[in-house]
Amino acid sequence: MAIVEMRKLSIYSTKKHRKSILEFLQDIEAMEIDAIDSGDIPFEKMDTAGERIRFQKIADEFDHVIELLGQYDKEKRKALINLENTLISRDEYKEIEKNRRKYYSKAKDVLELEKKIFESKATITRKENKIATLSPWSKLDIPLNSEKTKCTRIFIGTFPESLTEEQLYAIATKGLEEPIPVTAEILYNENQITNVCVIATNRVADQVEENMRSCGYSKLPFLSHRVPIKAMEKRQNDIVIEKKAIADAEEQLATFVEYIPKFKIAADYFRTRSEKYRVLGTIPQSDNVFFIQGWVEKEQAEGIAKTLEEKFDAVVEIEQDDENAPIKLKNNHFSESSEGVLESYGLPTHGRVDPTFVMSIFYVFFFGMMLSDAGYGIIMSIACAIVLKKFPRMASGTNKMLRLFFWCGLSTAFWGFMFGGFFGDAIDVVAHTFFGVPETTAVLKPLWFAPLDNPMRLLIWCMLFGIIHLYAGLGMKGYEYLKNKDIVGFISDVIAWYLFLTGLIFMLLPTQIFASIAQMTFNFPGWFNTLAKVMTIVGMVTIILMSGRANKNWGLRIALGAYDIYGVTGWLSDVLSYSRLLALGLATGVIASVINSMATMQGNTPLGVVIFILVFVLGHTLNIAINLLGAYVHTNRLQYVEFFGKFYDAGGEPFRPFKTNNKYIEIKED
Amino acid sequence: MSFGFTLALIGAALATILAGIGSAWGVGKGGQAAAGVVSEDPAQFAKVLILQLLPGTQGIYGLLVTFITLSKIGLLGGSPADISTQQGWCILAACLPIALVGLISAYHQGKTSVASIGIVAKKPDQFGKAMLFPAMVETYAILALLVSILAISNINV
Repeated sequence: MAIVEMRKLSIYSTKKHRKSILEFLQDIEAMEIDAIDSGDIPFEKMDTAGERIRFQKIADEFDHVIELLGQYDKEKRKALINLENTLISRDEYKEIEKNRRKYYSKAKDVLELEKKIFESKATITRKENKIATLSPWSKLDIPLNSEKTKCTRIFIGTFPESLTEEQLYAIATKGLEEPIPVTAEILYNENQITNVCVIATNRVADQVEENMRSCGYSKLPFLSHRVPIKAMEKRQNDIVIEKKAIADAEEQLATFVEYIPKFKIAADYFRTRSEKYRVLGTIPQSDNVFFIQGWVEKEQAEGIAKTLEEKFDAVVEIEQDDENAPIKLKNNHFSESSEGVLESYGLPTHGRVDPTFVMSIFYVFFFGMMLSDAGYGIIMSIACAIVLKKFPRMASGTNKMLRLFFWCGLSTAFWGFMFGGFFGDAIDVVAHTFFGVPETTAVLKPLWFAPLDNPMRLLIWCMLFGIIHLYAGLGMKGYEYLKNKDIVGFISDVIAWYLFLTGLIFMLLPTQIFASIAQMTFNFPGWFNTLAKVMTIVGMVTIILMSGRANKNWGLRIALGAYDIYGVTGWLSDVLSYSRLLALGLATGVIASVINSMATMQGNTPLGVVIFILVFVLGHTLNIAINLLGAYVHTNRLQYVEFFGKFYDAGGEPFRPFKTNNKYIEIKED
Repeated sequence: MSFGFTLALIGAALATILAGIGSAWGVGKGGQAAAGVVSEDPAQFAKVLILQLLPGTQGIYGLLVTFITLSKIGLLGGSPADISTQQGWCILAACLPIALVGLISAYHQGKTSVASIGIVAKKPDQFGKAMLFPAMVETYAILALLVSILAISNINV
């Protein structure tokens, strides 16, 4: 449980070593580089935004190409999840670096093909739309833009209403005398739209047009100069051609699949380069020299400084500056796993205590109590262990998380056996249903007791665990006081509260109220009761007198102290909050037994066994998922709100070393 | 079956009905917000899914109380217990905390989840804090669940 000590490193060197020093620093991944305000030194910063963005863009293009080609990769990926980067040798990396232009032009080819596919798809959509507009005219067997013949005029157009052929004829020929030289044809009639073709001799044409116009006829705007069927056929042919083009392009794309591994290396190469330029843009430099400032671990400071001085003729200065140093945590292998939990609340600042170790113990303990089912716990631990084993080089955050769940799984299994839960009451139910064990014999007995038989008893235990957790939090505060040699603070803010609260608890235990709630009676000897009263009073008086000690005015000081005593209600609600340990534990167990009783409803028949297996697997999967989530959220809450509330302030900046940003690869050092 | 038995059954039903309605509402709201985030940034799927599910627990607590009540009155075992009217009222009353608090807390937890999904959308690294806000609301559902369980298991039938 510690915060790693940091040292500030200032590196000065000549520009000829700039590239090699940056590459060295990026390689060792041990230094966070500070952006320095060059205001008070006569150095300039280089504008590297252009290069940085250019390389980032190339890396993004490679990423896109890799994703695109992934769809054409015939060899389905072996594992569903991949948690680690591909291991490659330094030589492979060098080869890509040397031929990066070649690979980039290959990637460009892929993008070009993708563009072609896009264009073809757009063309197809356009053609299909055209076909859709033409199809209501498909009955017409003359070109769509026909207007007249030698002696007739042709009206092709639309009425905004539903018409029959007779109605149309009537509209067109209104007021004309026999013989009427008009043919009228309905081409399409749907959705209150009627497409028509009316032919009239020149003599009556004007009258016919006028008749139709007054009924809402509008002429068809230009669509095609072909017969509709022919026009549609032409589009169909175009579509076939475009589809062929797409198929060709896709076939060509598939030939690039073999380059995916190379592209991955190239993507990471350009990403790393972009990051290098980002850092280069933050360091001040003059015509001949440059200056880098940043943070390294104290342990490594000397070594790095020495290498820099010997290899690159740099001048290195090591300083201590705990105020501004970034935070890196160091814990034992077990506690390290819960660092992620702490990080998502916020890291501690320098000079404060790192609570990870204490927290990790309570975290695993409480998590187990909330999930409290041996079967679920064993499944969790095994699943985490398999994934951890299979991907030994996965990202450190994921690794820690899985390790944490591995431990939580063990704790869950432990509490499961304590409370007699193994997939709920699965063992008993199976024994009773399928193996004829009489209902009255319990097969799996809890090592401690079954919570549902005596919830009150477990509730009291939960609160006891809560008090221990909260006392540990107060203890952490005391530890900080002692570390800073603030004895007055230690006594008045920590010891006084311990006395006050412990005294109160011991005064509460023998009372009638407690006995009726907990069904437990405590009979303390008389001197003990007196001791409890003395502890309470001494604690209370100390708090009243001392907690406002920053104030000179005694009246205000006492008032503040009295207000602080009111904080005891906060302690009460904090302790009650631990009842969730019981509630969530019961939730897992009861729902699991609901699933089991549903699963065994069909009894001991072949069909019953099949149904049992189905319901059992589905039901318990669901129950694990939901209760895992609940246990995770509420364990976090107990740490964040109740435990951290007693002593912890976040606000530390995490340590972010300058490094290679690899997404796909990891370089194996020879 | 006696009137008391009916009352107890009403209580059991209310626990699942009301808490379930609340959870359905809350998870529904959360799901709408989560879908919006995923449409922009699919990488946040797991995080917003967790936030969406948080108001779902009240429904489960309701189910839990219903189950305990049903087994208490012997409906599940196939041999219904003889429940007097007074006992029926007691069981109904014991079911009410999780029914009512479940309904209302899930409703508000849903709203808080939506807000927290907003946090994840803007600052995915603040997930730990975002998760805490809806969890605070849930505290009261847990207290109600506890009271319901304690009350039901201590009623003599």
